[in-house]
Amino acid sequence: MLDVSLRSLRGNFLIDAAFRSETAGVTALFGRSGAGKTSIINMVAGLLRPDQGHIIAGGRYLFDSKTRTDLAPEKRRVGYVFQEARLFPHLSVRTNLTYGMRLTPKSERYVEFDQVVALLGIEALLDRRPAKLSGGEKQRVAIGRAILTSPSILLMDEPLASLDFARKAEVLPFIARLGREFSVPILYVSHSLEEILNLADAIVVMEAGRTVAAGKIEELMSRPDLQSLTGYADCGAILSTVVQSHNGAGGVSCLHFEGGILKVPQLDVSIGSKVRVRIEARSVAIALSPPEQTSVQNIIPATIEEITRSNGSFVDVKLDIGCPLAARITPLALTTLGLKPGMRVFAVIKSVSVSHGMLWKQ
Amino acid sequence: MSWLGLTPVEMEAVRLSLWVSGWAVIVSLPFGILAAWILARLKFTGKTALDGLLHLPLVLPPVVVGYMLLVLFGNRGLLGAWLYKMFGITIAFTWKGAALASSVMAFPLLVRAVRLSIENVDRGLEAAARTLGAGPLRVFFTVTLPLIVPGVTAGALLAFARSLGEFGATITFVSNIQGQTQTLPLALYTLTQVPGGERAAMRLCIIAIALGMGALVASELLAKRYAAQMKG
Repeated sequence: MLDVSLRSLRGNFLIDAAFRSETAGVTALFGRSGAGKTSIINMVAGLLRPDQGHIIAGGRYLFDSKTRTDLAPEKRRVGYVFQEARLFPHLSVRTNLTYGMRLTPKSERYVEFDQVVALLGIEALLDRRPAKLSGGEKQRVAIGRAILTSPSILLMDEPLASLDFARKAEVLPFIARLGREFSVPILYVSHSLEEILNLADAIVVMEAGRTVAAGKIEELMSRPDLQSLTGYADCGAILSTVVQSHNGAGGVSCLHFEGGILKVPQLDVSIGSKVRVRIEARSVAIALSPPEQTSVQNIIPATIEEITRSNGSFVDVKLDIGCPLAARITPLALTTLGLKPGMRVFAVIKSVSVSHGMLWKQ
Repeated sequence: MSWLGLTPVEMEAVRLSLWVSGWAVIVSLPFGILAAWILARLKFTGKTALDGLLHLPLVLPPVVVGYMLLVLFGNRGLLGAWLYKMFGITIAFTWKGAALASSVMAFPLLVRAVRLSIENVDRGLEAAARTLGAGPLRVFFTVTLPLIVPGVTAGALLAFARSLGEFGATITFVSNIQGQTQTLPLALYTLTQVPGGERAAMRLCIIAIALGMGALVASELLAKRYAAQMKG
């Protein structure tokens, strides 16, 4: 869907990025401020010119230094939602929305005006001027304006960064629904892991102008070497789950993931909805046989994939429970149990170790 | 305007002034916007020289400008002879010459106002329009131009007011021919040169003040209306 490989020297800041995203969903471009995320997205949009490389989106070469291809921004069919809404102040909300739509040939339109307006909940705003809108409303209109061009890819540059917490919560669900409803791939720039865990299917990690890792969220988040970038104090893994049932009396909710069932403290989420759970490595224990007569609710069969000795007083064990899971144990535990890659063991996770702030509704 | 007690000659001068200034602004407006855009947006060698050249009429004695126009556009001048040969147009000693002199003298004011407002346009909006599928020319006419309307209005009215008062370059270039090139300031000058013209001169003075004030007030009102429109 999107294939980017770029080199660009701006001043003395070198951008050297390469990533592909095959999925139709949301790919997050993640990194600290100044990591070069916005430059990358501007190059995809054609607003900045890279020195070398190629950009392929929706099967079309947008840029290729070998064949000297460099499509003008208006020819790229790329939707762009900026950090600031950038609505045209001299046009009404309605004419803002249709600005790009009218420039898209009818045969290439796959997005309906009424559908977008209804999805974004902006019916009541159509005849207003942008100056009369709140920040969240502006951003929703900007999102609508971009999607109405029926783009082959939608770029979003921290669309929530200028909004306060309540406004973020107002806009976020719309972005999540957008990708699904119109099956348009989204490249989403953010330095907020919260947003990414809510939205993204894949993640590209950038540091100082370079792409250091790319892949599915679940795979990348359990990697100890990327832990410093995520900003979490501790290593951990992300599980994508679906709410299966609630046990009100027992105070737990059962979440279904690829390797089985995870029991967590009861959630206020309807059955069937998608939830991402972060499990910290230090709250995962390893057992050779399933413990009996224990308070622990989650005992999950696992295979040891990799053992990494950090220079501290602990060992990181990468487990496969149908999806990646990380466990952090002491060197003593490692030798006592005689753990080796390939061994069949049991991952032991206390339900209560999954607390608030570790769950993301999708 | 007979209630002001104007003589036909004076009426003619007022009418001619408005006519000449109007044409001066209409004709110079596209060039003024283009020059302002070039100065605001492009980087090239010789930009300072172009900037200086456009501003020269502000600092030169108007007689110099008028004389240069006479040399260029006179019937035997380089451009004047060519224009007559190709299109049969005579510039010198006609109202067209008066309009040309006015537009040259007012050009720096027009360009300054428009340039300032172009520099204030958020280029992010133009970039957004590009990603929405608009080419550079469409971006200019649908985004940039509507956003600089206040600057263009202010510049045009300022240039109009300046043209109403244009004297030195006009009298040098196209002389002081009643009904042809005798605009309000020139008529006023003539009146001050003959005995007994004081009352008529005062009448024209008052009209000049009223017209100038009118243009400036109109500029202010239009700017306010535009700002209110933007707020929805």
